[in-house]
Amino acid sequence: MNDRKENKLSRFSAQFPILGPVLGLVLVILLFSQTRGFLTPNNVSIILTQTVIVTIAALGMTKIIVSGGIDLSVGAVVAFTSVLGAHAVSEGLPMILVILIALIGGGLFGLINGSIIAGFKMNPFIVTLGMMGVARGASKWLGQNQTVNYDPESSINFLMNNPSQIGSNEIPLWLPPIGVVVALFMAAVISMVMNKTVFGRHIYAIGSNEATARLCGIRTELTKLKVYIFAGVLYGLAGVMQLSRLQQGDPTVAIGLELDVIAAVVIGGASLSGGTGSIFGAVIGALIMATLRNGSDQVGWPNYAQEIIIGLVIVFAVGIDRLRQRRIN
Amino acid sequence: MENSVRLQMRGVCKRFGATRALNNVNFEIKPGEVHALIGENGAGKSTLMKILSGAYSPDEGEIMLEGKPFAPGNPLHSRKSGIAMIYQELNLTPHLTAEENILLGEEPSKFGWINSSKRRELAQEAIDKLNHSHLPLDKPVHLLSLAEQQVIEIARASIGSVELLIMDEPTSSLTKIDVSNLFSIIKKLRDEGTSIIYISHFLEECQEIADRYTVLRDGVTVGSGAMDEVTFSDLIHLMVGREINEIYPETPHAIGETVMEIRNLAGSRKPRSVNLKLHSGEIFGIAGLVGAGRTETVRACFGLDDVKKGSVFIHGSDKTHSYPQKRLNEGMGLLSENRKEEGLMLNRDAAENLTTTDYGRFTRWGFIDKIKQHASAKQMIDRLDIKIRELSQSVNELSGGNQQKISLGRLLHHNADIYLLDEPTRGIDIASKTQIYTIMGELAVEGKGVIFISSYLPELLGVCDTIGVMCRGVMQESRPTTEWTENEILSVAIGQQADD
Repeated sequence: MNDRKENKLSRFSAQFPILGPVLGLVLVILLFSQTRGFLTPNNVSIILTQTVIVTIAALGMTKIIVSGGIDLSVGAVVAFTSVLGAHAVSEGLPMILVILIALIGGGLFGLINGSIIAGFKMNPFIVTLGMMGVARGASKWLGQNQTVNYDPESSINFLMNNPSQIGSNEIPLWLPPIGVVVALFMAAVISMVMNKTVFGRHIYAIGSNEATARLCGIRTELTKLKVYIFAGVLYGLAGVMQLSRLQQGDPTVAIGLELDVIAAVVIGGASLSGGTGSIFGAVIGALIMATLRNGSDQVGWPNYAQEIIIGLVIVFAVGIDRLRQRRIN
Repeated sequence: MENSVRLQMRGVCKRFGATRALNNVNFEIKPGEVHALIGENGAGKSTLMKILSGAYSPDEGEIMLEGKPFAPGNPLHSRKSGIAMIYQELNLTPHLTAEENILLGEEPSKFGWINSSKRRELAQEAIDKLNHSHLPLDKPVHLLSLAEQQVIEIARASIGSVELLIMDEPTSSLTKIDVSNLFSIIKKLRDEGTSIIYISHFLEECQEIADRYTVLRDGVTVGSGAMDEVTFSDLIHLMVGREINEIYPETPHAIGETVMEIRNLAGSRKPRSVNLKLHSGEIFGIAGLVGAGRTETVRACFGLDDVKKGSVFIHGSDKTHSYPQKRLNEGMGLLSENRKEEGLMLNRDAAENLTTTDYGRFTRWGFIDKIKQHASAKQMIDRLDIKIRELSQSVNELSGGNQQKISLGRLLHHNADIYLLDEPTRGIDIASKTQIYTIMGELAVEGKGVIFISSYLPELLGVCDTIGVMCRGVMQESRPTTEWTENEILSVAIGQQADD
């Protein structure tokens, strides 16, 4: 009966998959806009800062999900690389080297994930579930079950903290820290990679129909391996941000981060069956969640209400995805 | 320069275990020729094509491409040698745009960055060549029609240099207008010197488009020549030409009253219109080509797919809209054509598979009495003569024939009145086939109604009381088996007498 109406709606959302998330974000902002202290420069800067870690990790996760995979080890790898980085800082290594070490650490986990998934054709859910334990254990081992502390004056802390929060400085508080700029810059770069490079388009092709991709001469296994390595490197960067934000390396940090990251990607319009999703969408998805959390705090809603709301938003977003998929099959 | 033969196959044989899929096949095609490859289901066409695409390698015989020996190792290899294949199910990445699909795997790029204007140019060129310049290249292909998707796939095949294009049942889901568009594309490619192997059940289409033909029957080349020197009935005779053996047991049974009636049944895509009456004690065969809508008919009937129009009467009362559990309660059972994916729980044991629809019989307060369950399953194993070590053996360790007997056993255990059997004898050995025919006969003697879908005409003629023939989603005609000949069934199935 309302076949036609539904058809129109799903056709519309199929052609503009990004429209839904953007509207969602606008809606969330409107919802809280009357709340005191919500739309102030200071608060906006806080929201942006709170989004950085999830966003950077989501850049990697988007690639994985678009290729038809999933990665549950994000949180643990972020914790691992943040502890790794903290050690490097306490050894007095220069910042650039610290970052490099964290990136390599993350990339290494990506390499392990990717080679098992692509090489042995194993289910990514199970492989990364296992790797989640391995990385978490490894970070506790590395930190000897404690947080790793270092000189609070270290320049790495400025990545995620406004200088005036740490020392006495004349930089206005509303200015977001460098981490926000880094996250946006990376998002722009990865978005280009996804849309303009052969590698990026092959990720979409594999997620859309792996058999066809292979038939067309795409080296599907190699591409998948690269996807997981690339994602791991981005988790390493997220780990550096985590380290900077806490101003220490904490092996128990970022538990459950994987769910936030997957949720951001899915809210942004990606399908867990692969083939769809965008970097821009994932960034919007991360922003929606951070804004919801922050707004609820400002209104004074209790924590449990926030969790319920965010849970419902995820289900709603997936419902829209389902509607879109129906057209394809 | 001009080589007179592009591809030549001589004495090609291929065995799978005891079955000879190909037994001395000869085939040749010239540049600029459309060659129809004709044969019934199971005649060996797809095996032959899989050899050309590199999926199988022949046991014997030689294949020459452009005068050189040719032994493709994988699909990519044969693609590189100028052979492109368009399968019945389209091979596209649905989320990517038409343009991306056309150049998938061969994107023009520099240091990994795609040159999108160059890609657009190449894609446009490819569809221009096929006289389809208007196709929206920016749309994701899942938004395009089936016919448009097919053009995209042909465009992809024509990127680079394609010398031999193989099309497997390209028209099975196309409308009349789309078919004529496709034909003009084929003619254009032919005039440019491409060789095209055209595989189709629709003989009229073959006659219209092909220059030459080769007929396969039971893995042997039985005829070959110029299309305009052969008549329609000659072709059918070449395709069929075999005797019905003695493998069909005689079980005299009487036909009673109507147990199920289907009126004007239509699903969302297939079937388009089906009428049939099934009586108690009757084996009703449904003949038709692959894609005629036979499977969809029984699926809709069983409540697995939506019924869009028409009605299903069971024992005289209107029971059109339903779902599988209700159908089972009404005494209807379906045997899926897809044994491995749908018909069985492959990694569960035989007892569970046999009894799963009717646990109630040996359940008390929600707990299953395993002893009773196994006793019940054992009876079925004995009745059907299923070869099995023990009841707890998982069914994926069994042979195809024994697996199929377990699928059928589940329906028998359920004690259904109406049996919808979709290709029950596909891919199993002759002995098991005969046993399945015997069981069908016994069911008829007990007064059950049996619908028997098969693509193998001799078994329909050997077993059924009535045969209905479907073509392109429509039940064309049903008659008592004695009033059909194999040739007549084939002509109706091919659509020679069809309304469109």
